Amino acid sequence: MTVLGRLKSWEGLLLAVLVAVVAMNVVRSPYYLGVTNIANLFQLEIEKIIVALIMTLIIINGEIDLSVASVMGLSACVLAWLFQMGTPLPLAIIAGLLSGLAAGLFNGFWVAYVGLPSLAVTLAGLIGFRGIARILVEDRAIGGFPLWFNTMGQQPVLGPMTASIAIFFVLFAIIVVVLHRSALGRLVYVIGNNAQAARYSGVRVKRVKMALFAASGVVAALAGILYAARLGSVRGDMATGFELDVITMVLLGGVSIFGGSGNLVGVGLSILVILNLRNGMGLANITGNTQTSVIGALLILSVLVPNMAQVLQSSWKGRNT
Amino acid sequence: MSWLQRHIRPEQIRELSLLLLIIVAVLFFGSMIDGYYTSRTFNRIVSSIAIITIVAVGQTLVVLTRNIDLSVGSIVGCTAYAVGTVLGHYPGISPLLAVVMAVALGSLIGVVNGALVAWGRVPSIIVTLGTLAIFRGLLVDLSNAKTVTTDSLPPWLVNLPRLNMFSLFGLDIPALFLMSVIVVLIFHLGASYLSLGRRFYAIGSNPDAAALIGLPIRRLVFLAFVLSGSLAGLAGFVTLARFGNITVESGRGLELQVVAAVVVGGVNIFGGSGTVIGAMLGAIMIGTLEQSLYRLQISEFWRDAILGLLILLAVASDAVILQRLRALWGRADLKYVAPAGKPSLEGAHIP
Repeated sequence: MTVLGRLKSWEGLLLAVLVAVVAMNVVRSPYYLGVTNIANLFQLEIEKIIVALIMTLIIINGEIDLSVASVMGLSACVLAWLFQMGTPLPLAIIAGLLSGLAAGLFNGFWVAYVGLPSLAVTLAGLIGFRGIARILVEDRAIGGFPLWFNTMGQQPVLGPMTASIAIFFVLFAIIVVVLHRSALGRLVYVIGNNAQAARYSGVRVKRVKMALFAASGVVAALAGILYAARLGSVRGDMATGFELDVITMVLLGGVSIFGGSGNLVGVGLSILVILNLRNGMGLANITGNTQTSVIGALLILSVLVPNMAQVLQSSWKGRNT
Repeated sequence: MSWLQRHIRPEQIRELSLLLLIIVAVLFFGSMIDGYYTSRTFNRIVSSIAIITIVAVGQTLVVLTRNIDLSVGSIVGCTAYAVGTVLGHYPGISPLLAVVMAVALGSLIGVVNGALVAWGRVPSIIVTLGTLAIFRGLLVDLSNAKTVTTDSLPPWLVNLPRLNMFSLFGLDIPALFLMSVIVVLIFHLGASYLSLGRRFYAIGSNPDAAALIGLPIRRLVFLAFVLSGSLAGLAGFVTLARFGNITVESGRGLELQVVAAVVVGGVNIFGGSGTVIGAMLGAIMIGTLEQSLYRLQISEFWRDAILGLLILLAVASDAVILQRLRALWGRADLKYVAPAGKPSLEGAHIP
């Protein structure tokens, strides 16, 4: 692919938007380029971007997982509930991760083996897992975790990076390798393109789908625990509504909602665009709600503009021939 | 069995079984709760489901066409707030004009969604995920975080939720519930018997075939979103009447409850099958469950867990049982056709 061709691709467009946003931020705020602000930029949305990585795999595979935010809440509540009952925190953390695994396997079972639409299954999961979380914690806020737990979520450990940011980069590397350099990654694309054809050619579609939903559950649980560590306390309604932001990040990254196409470079760039846009708007005193609308508009435009360009192009060609 | 098979479609069995399930649930709660069979319980349940039912009707039309409208919660919030603000400033506005305003504003928002999906060729889940955020954001910004309060509203609106139209078997029928039932009946009959209504089913069950026979797919999808928006606008009016105090957060998260009602009601999330009455039964099931678990003194925290399980069961039974029933019906049809001298289909491959 030529340099020009690369720039005309989706990733090129995102890169251009990213450069524009960063340039605008640099001009508008002297604080923007500080190391603290850059670390802060990641830290404020870190749980969502961790979940966006695994959501990328799920959507490329042609499915969707709406229950991630509730799984985040569930794992944090399992952890807090066990901790309050006197379980040592490391054990409680493991239990939290296992609850995520269980939730993921539950979703995966209904989607892969029973063959129900993932939109409906994970919608039920969204409501049901949140319900379990709230049964455990009710309307209390559980805090008073040991210092090391809160430090893990809040203090830099690796240069300016907190543990969560480090985990994000490690996970990003792992998922890049899995998706773009492994056989499993090819299967994810193949199934997303045509699950039936994949099954007829001997791909174990059910197993791959099951594995992806299980992984989604575990990663969401991890993100929930990191969120608990960052906030220092756990409530039943924590992370409510995060699924929309996560899906926005993935779709803006050029991943097709119908599965089969998209890549992690695009999602990485879209994460950077969203983080920088939010940060820049924050520095310019624009409220969170306006930020969300701007990102919503960006999401629609990101699909609308290329579509319209294509329509115009084909009508232009039609006139010439 | 064959009489049954000739006169009832599998989809109708689905609705009958949901109705049966609702009756079982009511009997169960009746045996658990003292004084459950009172008009108060009935009133609580029906007034709680009026809003979800109206929005679910529009959502059903959209889902039938293989799309989804996630922005309905924001539309309800916007219209409730806007109409509430206008009524606060001009209390003399007639009730009819207030309803028309709400519906008009809702359909205007629906036009945006529909145009983007139909002619912008953007997948509906992306469009409505975006407009969910955009309309809510606009509402928060334009309102300066002020709230609409009950005492700023005209008395007819504040008293509307307590207005009963007539009594049926000793149960008072609230006007707002009656309104939602009328909406359901109109749209159910329209979707079932009008050729326009059948077209929604056609483009949902097989878009390629629908395009080949020349159905205007884009216009129909657009229309579905406009109708969904206008019904969400109507629900915004009901929200205003029911709660009186409207904050910028009003209606947030409603889209999930509505999609849940539609799915429990047996509307296929991949389009092409399901009915408006089914969606209403889904809303009634959820409403009955919510209000009754509340009365049962079960901690409210259990409600969501049970609701999630119920949705899953509904979808699973839809997929598994309905498939079996259809297969059974399919075979019965063939047996029924063959003796009548029409071309026999015996030996044809029946999956």
